[in-house]
Amino acid sequence: MTDLAVLPPVADVAPRAARSRHGAMRRKLFDNLTGHAFLIGAVVCFGFFSWYPMVREFIMSFQQTHRGVTTWVGWKNYENVWHDAAFVQAWKNTLYFTVLALVVGYALPFFIAVLLNEFRHARGYLRFLVYLPVMLPPASGLFLFKYAYDPSDAGIFNYILKTLHLPTSEWVQSQAMTMPSLVIASTWLNMGGTILIYLASLQNIPGELYEAGELDGAGIWRQIWHVTIPQTRLILSLMFLLQVVATMQLFVEPLILANGDGNQGSATSVVYLMYQRAFYEHDLNGAAALGGMLLIVLLVFSAVYTRLAPKQETD
Amino acid sequence: MSTRLHRRIAVVAALSSVCLGLAACGSGSGTKGGSADGKVTITVDCPPLKTDNGGKSLANWNSDVKAFEAANPNITIKTVSVGAQCDNPPDFTARLQGGTQTDVFYGYMTDLNQVLDADGAEDITQYITKDTVPGWDSISDNIKNPFIENGHVYGIGYAGYTMGLVYNKTLFAQAGLDPTKPPTTWQDVATAAQKIAALGNGVVGYEDYSAGNTGGWHFTAELYSRGGADVSTDGKSATVNSPEAQAVLGNLHDMRFNGNSMGVKQLLGWPDLLTNAGAGKVGMFIGAPDTITAIVTQFKGQYSDWMMGPMPGDGGPAKGTLGGGSGYFFKKGASADQIKAGLKWITFEDLTPGQGQFNYALQKASGLPVGLPEPEIWKPGTAEAQKDNDLKKANTNLDLDAFANYVANPVPVVTEPANAQAIYAILDGVMSATLTDPNANITKLLNDANNKIQNTVINAGS
Repeated sequence: MTDLAVLPPVADVAPRAARSRHGAMRRKLFDNLTGHAFLIGAVVCFGFFSWYPMVREFIMSFQQTHRGVTTWVGWKNYENVWHDAAFVQAWKNTLYFTVLALVVGYALPFFIAVLLNEFRHARGYLRFLVYLPVMLPPASGLFLFKYAYDPSDAGIFNYILKTLHLPTSEWVQSQAMTMPSLVIASTWLNMGGTILIYLASLQNIPGELYEAGELDGAGIWRQIWHVTIPQTRLILSLMFLLQVVATMQLFVEPLILANGDGNQGSATSVVYLMYQRAFYEHDLNGAAALGGMLLIVLLVFSAVYTRLAPKQETD
Repeated sequence: MSTRLHRRIAVVAALSSVCLGLAACGSGSGTKGGSADGKVTITVDCPPLKTDNGGKSLANWNSDVKAFEAANPNITIKTVSVGAQCDNPPDFTARLQGGTQTDVFYGYMTDLNQVLDADGAEDITQYITKDTVPGWDSISDNIKNPFIENGHVYGIGYAGYTMGLVYNKTLFAQAGLDPTKPPTTWQDVATAAQKIAALGNGVVGYEDYSAGNTGGWHFTAELYSRGGADVSTDGKSATVNSPEAQAVLGNLHDMRFNGNSMGVKQLLGWPDLLTNAGAGKVGMFIGAPDTITAIVTQFKGQYSDWMMGPMPGDGGPAKGTLGGGSGYFFKKGASADQIKAGLKWITFEDLTPGQGQFNYALQKASGLPVGLPEPEIWKPGTAEAQKDNDLKKANTNLDLDAFANYVANPVPVVTEPANAQAIYAILDGVMSATLTDPNANITKLLNDANNKIQNTVINAGS
């Protein structure tokens, strides 16, 4: 039985509860003030250096500046970049690179990770080995590839092909081989990080699942298909999203390996076109419009993908 | 207030000030300059690199600054080095758009338009007098005009170049060619290139650019040499589908695939060609005298290997040669005193024979090369031109014969078109196709490029 006598009068409860909530909030605020202070610094810096440029870019994409006078021009910059001679090719090239990079750069690191996970010896050494290219500054790595892709016999790739009596290639210099060449270099440079992430994920898979699979007579491929891939699908899904977003921002590979545009624009990417417009043609507003387009494309892709992608199961 | 609260407020304040400090990093490198006692300070960018000529060029600049300040005790020069960024156009654009240029800042002749669009420079017309710039009337119009718009002066040109044929005399001799008689027509260039390429061992007879906008730049220079142009005189029509343009590409395609004298490796940008040249693998290319300096100072070449002839023409002397150069602008917001001080400094360092960049005696004493036919800034026949030539001859430590043909056969200078980089980007594709595709359809390539220039550069900008 409830002892009603100990309860305060109803009229008195509400203000005291409010005061108590207010006091608790205040205490909480003051208790966490140091934490909030650190957070404010980060938020202000993030806002200033990340969000503000994005907002500014969108504003600039609707403006033009001539002789120091900035005017609003509506969609004119978007129309201008739409009619840019290289616009369609830049998007085609970027999408082609993204698809190729997914075929090679998405599957390959996963299978290397699965392979490394099977090793019982020299694991640390092998991990170091696959991660080594990531530690190389991208520009240095790409310059190495630039020499390796030399279309004469002086290039190491052509030297190897010739030694093996295989047909040589003009690599980046050939229109057909430009993108595959960029993907090979990019995959080599970047897959170390992805492999380590996959490895970490693979090591969380309970060994009993493989044991059960073996008892049921599953071979290595069926174990990968029915155990490894389902157990790592969240990481695979996340890496897919990150890879698409990263590869759509292709820039440094064409800049270094193909001196920008490549053979008749075979290497021109959307971001390189932005760079060209902003820093060579001095059309910052047009570059901002291109950046805005790319941002919207990636935002829409990310939003749709995160809706459709597998989610963490909750109990 | 409790001590704890004080401490927390201090943390917030400290973090905020860190952020504000970071934000303030981008607030520019110009100075307010003036003071009540009449003293003025100016910042000046783009001194020589500390790696140029083993640091000797920078040492000479620093001694010039000291001498200038001693002669002008009210003026302080603060040199701001931006490293190799001075010769990298994207870095210049970034500094300009960020408003971080110095009070007196370096720019190319082709930069006036972007500088004015960014509202980045002061109109200095009223400050140019016989007192501030005594040699003004002796400076070539080619050097002055690119910094002038509608009669208003926004910068002072102090260096100019014109293109010619740069060639390796050692390879010429090995190929049985007479280095004192460089090819003067494109037909002769093709013949000589074939002989040089026949030396083998990776040697290329004639090399050219086709990437990073440099392909379009050289295409334009070669087009000028045949009397053509990228755009009409009034700037309203693209003109790269002309017979002269066909001849430029036809000649290059023929040298590349029939003469096999241009090498397999293409899509070359600025450093690629000069790297090959520095390694002694290039017989000829077109360039200005300063490319030889670059080959020696940056790409391990030797002055003794290189000579220059005039720009080749089509069956005779060239009808035009591409010219360019650089100068100094004055940052928007610079005070009258700073502008006057800046003009005084530029006159001291860059516009007085026997001083600064023309101090050949000091350069010779420092072991620097003297005798290159650059910078070409004085009108022929003026007292400054005469004095400069005399001093150069008196102090030269290079073989002046190496440049005799280039100097003795001047070619009319043609400047770059408006929106040059946008046009060059389109023409890069034409050059890369010509130099990589044995079956390139030159007529179609030029018609396509012409349409692109007309629609996406000329019409879009009008």
